[in-house]
Amino acid sequence: MNWRRIWAMNLRQLFVLRRSFARVTDLFYWPLLDLFFFGFLSVYLGRREGAPMIAGLLLSALILWDIFFRVQQGISVSFLMELWTRNFVNLFVTPVTVTEFLVAMMVWGVVKILITATLLTTLALLLYGFNLFTLGLSLVPFVIGLIIFGWAVGTVITAIILRYGQAAETLAWSLAFLFQPFGAVFFPLSVYPQWLIGVLLLMPLPHIFEGMRAVLAGQPLPLHHLGWAFLLDAIYLLVAWAFFGYMFTLARQRGLLLKAQE
Amino acid sequence: MGFLGPNGAGKTTTIAMLLGLIAPTGGTIRILGQEMPRRREAILARVNFSSPYVALPHDLTVRENLVVFSHLYNVAEHRRKIRDLGELFGVSHLLDRRTGRLSSGEIARVNLVKAFLNDPQILFLDEPTAALDPEAADAVRTLLMRQRDERGLTIFYTSHNMREVERLSTRIIFLHHGRIIADGPAEQIVREYGKADLEEFFVALARSEREVSQ
Repeated sequence: MNWRRIWAMNLRQLFVLRRSFARVTDLFYWPLLDLFFFGFLSVYLGRREGAPMIAGLLLSALILWDIFFRVQQGISVSFLMELWTRNFVNLFVTPVTVTEFLVAMMVWGVVKILITATLLTTLALLLYGFNLFTLGLSLVPFVIGLIIFGWAVGTVITAIILRYGQAAETLAWSLAFLFQPFGAVFFPLSVYPQWLIGVLLLMPLPHIFEGMRAVLAGQPLPLHHLGWAFLLDAIYLLVAWAFFGYMFTLARQRGLLLKAQE
Repeated sequence: MGFLGPNGAGKTTTIAMLLGLIAPTGGTIRILGQEMPRRREAILARVNFSSPYVALPHDLTVRENLVVFSHLYNVAEHRRKIRDLGELFGVSHLLDRRTGRLSSGEIARVNLVKAFLNDPQILFLDEPTAALDPEAADAVRTLLMRQRDERGLTIFYTSHNMREVERLSTRIIFLHHGRIIADGPAEQIVREYGKADLEEFFVALARSEREVSQ
């Protein structure tokens, strides 16, 4: 693994970010709209129900959800950018390896959420008096768990785009939202029918968000949820890498690396 | 080395195979004594590629693009290298311009700067003058010939401009439907097939194919 090449691919993203309105919008505009919407909603619900915890629950869920979504998007959109700018071939005739390419995209996903999450956390504190750090040290494993799942989903989306071309690019913005209603993000697992809960627990998200709610309710960090989340994360990430490797090999065999950017 | 053939002959596919972008269905590829794709990383560090059909990111400045590619090729003292190559290819004044705002001729020269960043031993050029007017194309050819002679560089060159290929190549491989039908210096190919020049050979080949298909 050559870290200079990984740095180069991230440097390219930073250069684009410096002057691309669309990329800046991705980073700030939508997350801020979400924050305002959920912030005011939680203020309203908190007053009405007399449940001050509602703000914490909604805003924590929003910020953590955004971590997962931005990491996934960081990977898929940085890959799409190489296709849109017809740079993909240039990139893969350098000594860059597939692993370095994947790692670079994963690092970029983390850079993106560092920027967005810092902004959201600060504004949530300033505007709604909610401090995400009330989650304490348990915030760290939650965030890591979400980042890993974001990497896995982003890698799978990238592999599909590699195989099916830009016709599949809508997945970069849409697939993650499949996990929102079924990931127990904004409401507890107990809301779902019993038969569905077993299925949903095969994803890391319900474990992480159940853990988050438990900590916000003043309960100890539910280690079993955390353990499951990390185990599932590891499985999904390994499967995602293997899937990408398979699709890349297939793309090489069928000449799709040349066609992907057309 | 000139690599010729009608559209669909397999020139770009062959270059893509040599660069590890497409897996060959049979046979092995050895470049600089090493097997592709098993030693892909080592091989690609010593070769480079340029094509008007493969763009450098248009939203970056020329300098930003070259800095990124310098890191990708692990170029030592990349700032000096970019400055020197910028002067050599006459693009110093373009370094801080957005790549997407350059003319075709300027892009071709910037692509060549990128292609020389890692001091390649083999340079793959896919129709490097395709989008250029005759004067700009001539300037690029002159630059390439000088680099070929000064650096002892092997240039693997595809083009539809037969005169250009004759001028640049000491050996020509003629492809037709994915098969080599002629291989040697231009004069030898022309003599063997009883034609006046490469262009006549090319036209005769294309016509015979049309007649067969009709």
